[in-house]
Amino acid sequence: MQTKSLISITDFTKEEYLKIMRLAADFEENPNQNLLQGKVIATLFFEPSTRTRLSFETAINRLGGKIIGFSDSSSSSVSKGETLHDTIKMVSNYADLIIMRHPMEGSARYASEVSNVPVINAGDGANQHPSQTLLDMYSIMKTQGRLDNINLFLVGDLKYGRTVHSLLMAMLQFDNPIFNFIAPAELAMPNEYKLLLASKGIKYYEHDEFTDIINAADIIYMTRVQKERFIDPVEYEKVKNIYILRNEMLKGTKENMRILHPLPRINEIHTDVDDNPKAYYFTQAKNGVYARMAIIAHLLNLK
Amino acid sequence: MEKQLQVSAIKDGTVIDHIPTKALFKVIKILQLEECSQMITFGNNLDSKAMKSKAIIKIANRFFADEEVNKIALVAPNAKLNTIRDYEVIEKRVVKTPKEIFGIVSCFNPKCITNVENIKTRFEVLSKKPITMKCFHCEKITNENEMTYL
Ligand SMILES: [Zn+2]
Repeated sequence: MQTKSLISITDFTKEEYLKIMRLAADFEENPNQNLLQGKVIATLFFEPSTRTRLSFETAINRLGGKIIGFSDSSSSSVSKGETLHDTIKMVSNYADLIIMRHPMEGSARYASEVSNVPVINAGDGANQHPSQTLLDMYSIMKTQGRLDNINLFLVGDLKYGRTVHSLLMAMLQFDNPIFNFIAPAELAMPNEYKLLLASKGIKYYEHDEFTDIINAADIIYMTRVQKERFIDPVEYEKVKNIYILRNEMLKGTKENMRILHPLPRINEIHTDVDDNPKAYYFTQAKNGVYARMAIIAHLLNLK
Repeated sequence: MEKQLQVSAIKDGTVIDHIPTKALFKVIKILQLEECSQMITFGNNLDSKAMKSKAIIKIANRFFADEEVNKIALVAPNAKLNTIRDYEVIEKRVVKTPKEIFGIVSCFNPKCITNVENIKTRFEVLSKKPITMKCFHCEKITNENEMTYL
């Protein structure tokens, strides 16, 4: 297939990351551009994700495109037992681009092999969700003015959290990142990532609790610590309140520091943080629309 | 003398030697020898200096391309192939673990799409001893002791 898809964050080069950052800034300045006029975009949500779907559909609407698709598989032919292969074959004959979310891992990569048109992976199980990473990067770029020399704190579930792994992989492409991991032992950053960082001579530090070490941060990236990830529920009870960020903890942090979170949040960021100018997670979600407009424009060679 | 008695010689064909005893039937399956109509003899639990105990397969009038035979590297990484013409060994080869593996094994991840739909698996080999492979689709790692053969 000649078409370019976005399945994993590592499918894009550093130049492509930077192009997405430029395009997103351009779309933020001029949000209504009729680049998708006359084009049909399919949003295939084999499992529901209202947040992600609305963000993509807003991006498509802002670009003037038309949308076909479904918001969960019970309302589609999939519930009648149609294979992913056949659904993608059919839809790729109708649409100019496919955006899909599917519970099985590897489903989006497979769809990109079957499809004649580009595919954007909007989440394949616990595997990849690259548009989230690009909007995270755009949020870092906007708030810090750069992607080089970022001191990044990743907090919470660093074992299963796909967003933190993808962000780590993407930030490796830029100069002198420093990584700080704050996680319970049971949800620590997997060894394969630590070995990769070590092999590239990139600095990383591991902590098992929040202290004034966060005063060095440019970005604090929070994630949920979910009860179902723990084999032993007692362990969860022990750690569940350790990884909560509260307003009083931000006193000594840097002026430029911003707090990101992929949302939805449960309780890991106390609501008293929300009014602090360093809280950026709601703006971050809004940045997602511009980042997704940029991804669509790039894959369809519209910009 | 004793060697010849164990598994009889062939005039033309291929001898696959130094197969681990527990891998014999997997090698037969991977090379699809069930479908081969030529004379095949095999022996298992034979004495071996290098491996204590080994298996050997002799296939008459059948010759293998490298990519065909490299598939067995997953189960028989130290296997040696002798090509026989008129009772003489005219070529000796060792198997090489390929960089990519298509089919043969299934992905270890139960949530992988390749375990649900009829998709030929595809892996990138990350390390050869012990074998670890990354699934092209779900990007998860399958280790040597977790492999199931299709
Ligand atoms: Zn897989």
